[in-house]
Amino acid sequence: MSKVRVLVGTRKGAFILSSDGKREKWDISGPHFAGWEMYHLKGSTVDPNRIFASQCSGWFGQIIQRSDDGGKTWIQPGTPPGEEKGPGGMPKGESNKFVYDTSAETGKPLTTHQFYDGNQHPWEFKRVWHLEPSPSDPDTVYAGVEDAALFRSTDGGKNWQELSGLRGHGTGPRWQPGAGGMCLHTIILDPKDPKRIYIAISAAGAFRTDDGGTTWKPINKGLYSQYIPEPTADVGHCVHHVAMNPSRPGVLFMQKHWDVMRSDNSGDSWTEVSGNLPTDFGFVIDVHAHEPETIYVVPIKSDGEHFPLDGKLRVYRSKSGGNEWEELAKGLPERDCYVNVLRDAMSVDTLDKCGVYFGTTGGQVYASADAGDNWMPIARHLPAVLSVEVQTLP
Amino acid sequence: MIRVVLPGHLRTLAHVSSEVQLEIVGPVTQRSVLDALEAQYPMLRGTIRDHVTRERRPFLRFFACEEDYSLEPPDTPLPDAVASGKEPLLIIGAIAGG
Repeated sequence: MSKVRVLVGTRKGAFILSSDGKREKWDISGPHFAGWEMYHLKGSTVDPNRIFASQCSGWFGQIIQRSDDGGKTWIQPGTPPGEEKGPGGMPKGESNKFVYDTSAETGKPLTTHQFYDGNQHPWEFKRVWHLEPSPSDPDTVYAGVEDAALFRSTDGGKNWQELSGLRGHGTGPRWQPGAGGMCLHTIILDPKDPKRIYIAISAAGAFRTDDGGTTWKPINKGLYSQYIPEPTADVGHCVHHVAMNPSRPGVLFMQKHWDVMRSDNSGDSWTEVSGNLPTDFGFVIDVHAHEPETIYVVPIKSDGEHFPLDGKLRVYRSKSGGNEWEELAKGLPERDCYVNVLRDAMSVDTLDKCGVYFGTTGGQVYASADAGDNWMPIARHLPAVLSVEVQTLP
Repeated sequence: MIRVVLPGHLRTLAHVSSEVQLEIVGPVTQRSVLDALEAQYPMLRGTIRDHVTRERRPFLRFFACEEDYSLEPPDTPLPDAVASGKEPLLIIGAIAGG
C-alpha cells in the first residue's frame, strides 16, 4: 500500500508526519533541528528519500540540510556517506554559502533594489524560503532566497550559484520587500520543458525564463494592485503564491495579496477568478493532483487582519478553475479560530482520492483524504507552521 | 590550548557537548581563534561571521574575563588568560525575550 510523508517546517523545528495510504493514523517524528526556523523542506521526486531542508536563524544565518534516508538522518551537503568526518573526527561541510553573483561576466552587477522607504538598498542575503528539487536529477536543486534571488546547486546542495539573469534583467531596482521581506518564495519547474522555470517574488511579481535561467521576463500582465502607484505596472505586485498541475504546465493559478488569478498561456496574461470567494485575500493556493481545474485556497480576512473571516477556518474549492467556489468546512474549526495559513503551507498528495494538507500559524496541520470534503487535524500543537510539503511513496 | 564556549545551537550544529579546544599558532586574536574554530568545525562557517565580509553576525557578541571584546578590532590580542587557556572565549547570542 502507498504511504504518505508530510514534511512540515515550523518556527521552531521540522516535523515529519507519516501515514499509510488510508491517511487515518499518523506518526509524528521531530522536532528535527529543534529551535531553528525551518522555512521549507522538500523531497526529490527522482529519489524520494532525498529531502532538502532550509534551516535558519536570526542569530546564526542559513544552513542547508539534506537527508538521504527519508528524514531519519541529516547531513550538511558536502559530507558524502563514509566521509562525514573531517580532521579531528568532526563533521565537515560548507553548504550554507549563498553569495550574490556580481561578476562582470555573469552578474551584471546589479547592486540595489527599492527599500521600504523608497530609497535604493543593497541586496543582502537573509535566508532560503523555498527549495525546489529537479524532477530529473536528484543532485540538482533550486533555492529561492531573501533578498530575492534564485540559486541552483548541481551537487546535492553543497555549492550554490546564483542564476543572476533574474536580478539582472532590468526591473530589479523597482522590486521592494513586502512586510515579510523581499522573498523569492515560489519556484515551479516545467515538467515538460526543462528550460522553462516560473518564479514569484513578494513584492515584485511573477517571472519566467525559457532558456534555463539565463534570461527572464516579468509575467504580470492582467494583475491589478491598488496598493502600488501604478496598479497595472509590469513589476511591483505582491504575489503570494503560484501553483500548477504538472499535467498542464501552461496553466497557472495565483493567490495574489488580494485577488485569485489564473493564466492559460504560461503567465503571459492573467485573469481574475476570485468569483464568489468571501474574501480574495490569502496566501496559499494549490491544484488537485488529478483534476487540473480543481483548485484550493484559504481565504483570509484582509491584509490588515491575517485570520479567517468570522473566526471560521475554511478551505474554498473551485472545480471550474476559479470563479465558482464552494466552502469546505467539515472537520475545520467553526468558531474562535484566528490563525493564518502561510504561502508555502498547503500541498497535495497524488493518491486516489487526492489528499490535501495545510498548516496554520497556530501549529495545526489539517488533512483531507477525500479532496477536501472532510478534514481532520493530523497534528495539533506544533510551533507556527511555515511550510507543508507532501510526498506520496510507493 | 584555547578554550571556546559556543551558544547551544552551534554546539548542536558542531556535534559538541561542551566547550571546544583549539590549537593556535601565533597571536591569539578574535580572527585567529575564529579561523581555527572554522577550520576544525567547517559547518560553523557563516554562522558566526559573514561568509564574505567576515564581519561578526549582529546578534552575537564575544566576551572573555568578564569583558566585552565584540567591538575590538579582530586582530587585537585577546587577554593572556584566554591565550593561556585559563579562561575561555565566550561566544554569546543575544537573549530572546518571550
